[in-house]
Amino acid sequence: MKKTTTPNRVRAVTGRIAQTIPVLFGVVVISFLLTRALPGDPAAYFAGAAASEESIQQIRVALGLDKSLPQQFLIYLQDLFQGDLGQSISTGQPVATDLANRLPASLELTLSALLISCGIAIPLGVLAATRPGSAVDHICRVLVTAGVSLPTFFTGILLIYIFYYLLGVAPSPLGRLDFIYIEPDHVTGFYLVDAAIAGDWETWVAALKQLVLPSITLALFTLAPIARMTRAAMLSALSSDYIRTARASGLSDKKILYTHAFRNALLPIVTTLGMVFSFTLGANVLVEKVFAWPGIGSYAVEALVVSDYAAVQGFVLAMAVLFVILNLVIDLMYTAIDPRIGFDSQ
Amino acid sequence: MLTINNLAVSFQTRRGEITAVKNLSLTLDKGEVLGIVGESGSGKSVTSYAILRVLDKGGKISAGDIHYSGIDLCEISEREIRDIRGREISMIFQNPRAALNPIRQVGKQLEDVLRRHAQASAQDAKEKAIEALKSVKIRDAESRYHAYPFELSGGMCQRVVIAMALACNPQLLIADEPTTGLDITTQKTVMDLIRDLIRARNMSSILITHDLGLASQYCDRIMVMKDGEIVEEGIPSKLFTKPSHPYTRKLVNATPRPDDSVRCLLADEIKSPEPQYAVTEEVLLDVKNLSKTFKGKNGDVHAVKDISFQILKGQSLGLVGESGSGKSTTAEMLVRLIDPSSGEIQFEGENLSTIPSKVFATHLRRRDIQMVFQDATDSLNPRHTAQDTISEPLRRLAKMRGKTLIIRVKELARLVGLPEHLLHRFPHQLSGGQKARVGIARAIALNPKLLILDEPTAALDVSIQAIVLNLLADLREKLGMSYLFVSHDLHVVKLLCDKVIVMRNGGIVEAGDCEDIMSAPRHEYTKELLAAAPAPPKRKDVTELA
Repeated sequence: MKKTTTPNRVRAVTGRIAQTIPVLFGVVVISFLLTRALPGDPAAYFAGAAASEESIQQIRVALGLDKSLPQQFLIYLQDLFQGDLGQSISTGQPVATDLANRLPASLELTLSALLISCGIAIPLGVLAATRPGSAVDHICRVLVTAGVSLPTFFTGILLIYIFYYLLGVAPSPLGRLDFIYIEPDHVTGFYLVDAAIAGDWETWVAALKQLVLPSITLALFTLAPIARMTRAAMLSALSSDYIRTARASGLSDKKILYTHAFRNALLPIVTTLGMVFSFTLGANVLVEKVFAWPGIGSYAVEALVVSDYAAVQGFVLAMAVLFVILNLVIDLMYTAIDPRIGFDSQ
Repeated sequence: MLTINNLAVSFQTRRGEITAVKNLSLTLDKGEVLGIVGESGSGKSVTSYAILRVLDKGGKISAGDIHYSGIDLCEISEREIRDIRGREISMIFQNPRAALNPIRQVGKQLEDVLRRHAQASAQDAKEKAIEALKSVKIRDAESRYHAYPFELSGGMCQRVVIAMALACNPQLLIADEPTTGLDITTQKTVMDLIRDLIRARNMSSILITHDLGLASQYCDRIMVMKDGEIVEEGIPSKLFTKPSHPYTRKLVNATPRPDDSVRCLLADEIKSPEPQYAVTEEVLLDVKNLSKTFKGKNGDVHAVKDISFQILKGQSLGLVGESGSGKSTTAEMLVRLIDPSSGEIQFEGENLSTIPSKVFATHLRRRDIQMVFQDATDSLNPRHTAQDTISEPLRRLAKMRGKTLIIRVKELARLVGLPEHLLHRFPHQLSGGQKARVGIARAIALNPKLLILDEPTAALDVSIQAIVLNLLADLREKLGMSYLFVSHDLHVVKLLCDKVIVMRNGGIVEAGDCEDIMSAPRHEYTKELLAAAPAPPKRKDVTELA
């Protein structure tokens, strides 16, 4: 029962990654079948309104859609193994390139939103738990309810109206960077990181300005579950026996609150964070639309509308991989927080 | 050293203010060990929390004062009392594993206390923590320093809690049910350790317990509490010989003594004649070479190893052992909740071990073997009324419906002494003893031939334990059932059983007549178990003394 040694941990992580292979394969199959089941004919859409039956048929052959489903699937798999996600018919770009451009945009937005959200929700939840029934508790409840009951597109438009239109402090809500700046060299795809690497602080500030409003919009929406869970977890931790032991030993409130209660409350908070992260990533399409953010959500919706098979499949696969990584990270965090959770026992 | 005058503690609840302790006064001298004895809800723990002002939320000291070495603990600021907690007065708690932070190394938790009271600096904290662990006789203290509570046994956790309490050399130690949930031999080692340490350091101590026997063994003076008040106070031998308050008398009576029969536990007014059991020569249950192996992380765990025994019709067999001895696994196999790895369970000549436990629920023999579970509260569905609970087996297995069902439920309620108007109550509206009755009524609903009792009184107060044990004796007499009574307490087993089996590490170490084993144990382990049980004065001696 000693602490997990490093080679053990590496082996466990590799095992965990190996376990995801069947999951990913299932995702590939299902996304392939579901996109085929969508109504609409991509060939007809691509050919345009004035196309003749013959030219549609030509395009169909060119796209490989005349072949049988199993054949199409095999070709798709083959391409996938070579890292080729196919060609998007609506943007004309390889799907892999599209995703490489757009996924970081969404991730940057989601992560900064969560950062803001945690920065507010966790202290708020802790404060509310230490003083249940107090003013802080009520403020927490009001803020949380308001955040979750206002739809994101509404908060987004409201923020734009106040900060862009009325006050004029925010830049125009048109994407990730104002057109007068040049995109930083692509390293991670996160503009803030890339600009920092390039040392181009002017661009960095510009990118940050663009990011502030959409991430606050998203943060307001994600505030509720995190703050609530923090409050509940802290309350239950604070009422447990070991807190009484700590109090009876004369430890200071600060020590009791942070070393003893908060660390024990972290586990449910991390679980909630993981859940919030995954639904935000999928649900931020409205925010992307309002702020003209070139993210993955709006990309997927556009692709879906025109039955852009390759793009939809690429999106679903990318999300699946992302969730697998997310779950792995959360599991690793669990073992770091709680020694009772042995990695090998999972 | 410690003086409490007219203390009152009240709790703010949804239904208004509730007084948990009222008008409590006590004094404690240097070097004295004071026992506070009471049943659940008597306010004994609340009193101890009040001394250190660590009451739960909503609780407050509403009247009185607490003086410790000239300081009024109720008047001083929070900052000042924090210096006293752990430094001058410290506490140890029941359920030691929960009393330690589950995700912090025990050594670090010790360091927190040492550093808080400036008993150690960052450089020597680890060294001092290991020293503290050694002082409570933890072997291999250097590696235990890095252990988490879940890696330690209950007894070991309690030692760590004691080490934390004594780390800063306090003058007063308050022990709140320090051995609840521990095995009887562990209880003895822990209590002996506490006694030796407080003697060696010339400390005072308050021991809070529900066990009059334990208190009489370790305390210089005992106070009996009931409903938030002290009803009697005296030295242990006097309390046992001349209890003046009726409640003390009831408590003294209900405490099992080595030479007791089950009826001795009852007050004279309700004492019924000794039960006469009809034990036949016919074999009801024949267990042959029963084994159970679980797949563990580090290889197989042999929970039960090749045990054989018999229960005759009408006989009552006790199964005694400490946690991890395999007694619960054995009970679960016999009640056919889990499948044995090998061996036979012959019930009236029929081999039941070949029937998978999944199928057994609907098997005809299900009616013949029933079980009363350890925790009367947890084993009842909180959304079922007492009537629903008792009807369940009748509906499922006897297909009883309508009027016949209700008549039978009422009959059962009468049999177990559950007033009829309580049948429509939910578990949370019933007392501990009433819940135990519901559990027993459910188990005997189908007239089983064998009743397996898994520590049915472990979670009950002694006065209720006395009543439940007598009820079980009555039922056995009336219904002629056989019992398999699983317990860790030889003295309780003796009250109800003819034969006893002592288990350890999955095997049987000794088996035979209850009387013989209790009076002349052959195996070392049995002797150890008997010696570990707290020994209140025998009833005979008491009468002679009186």
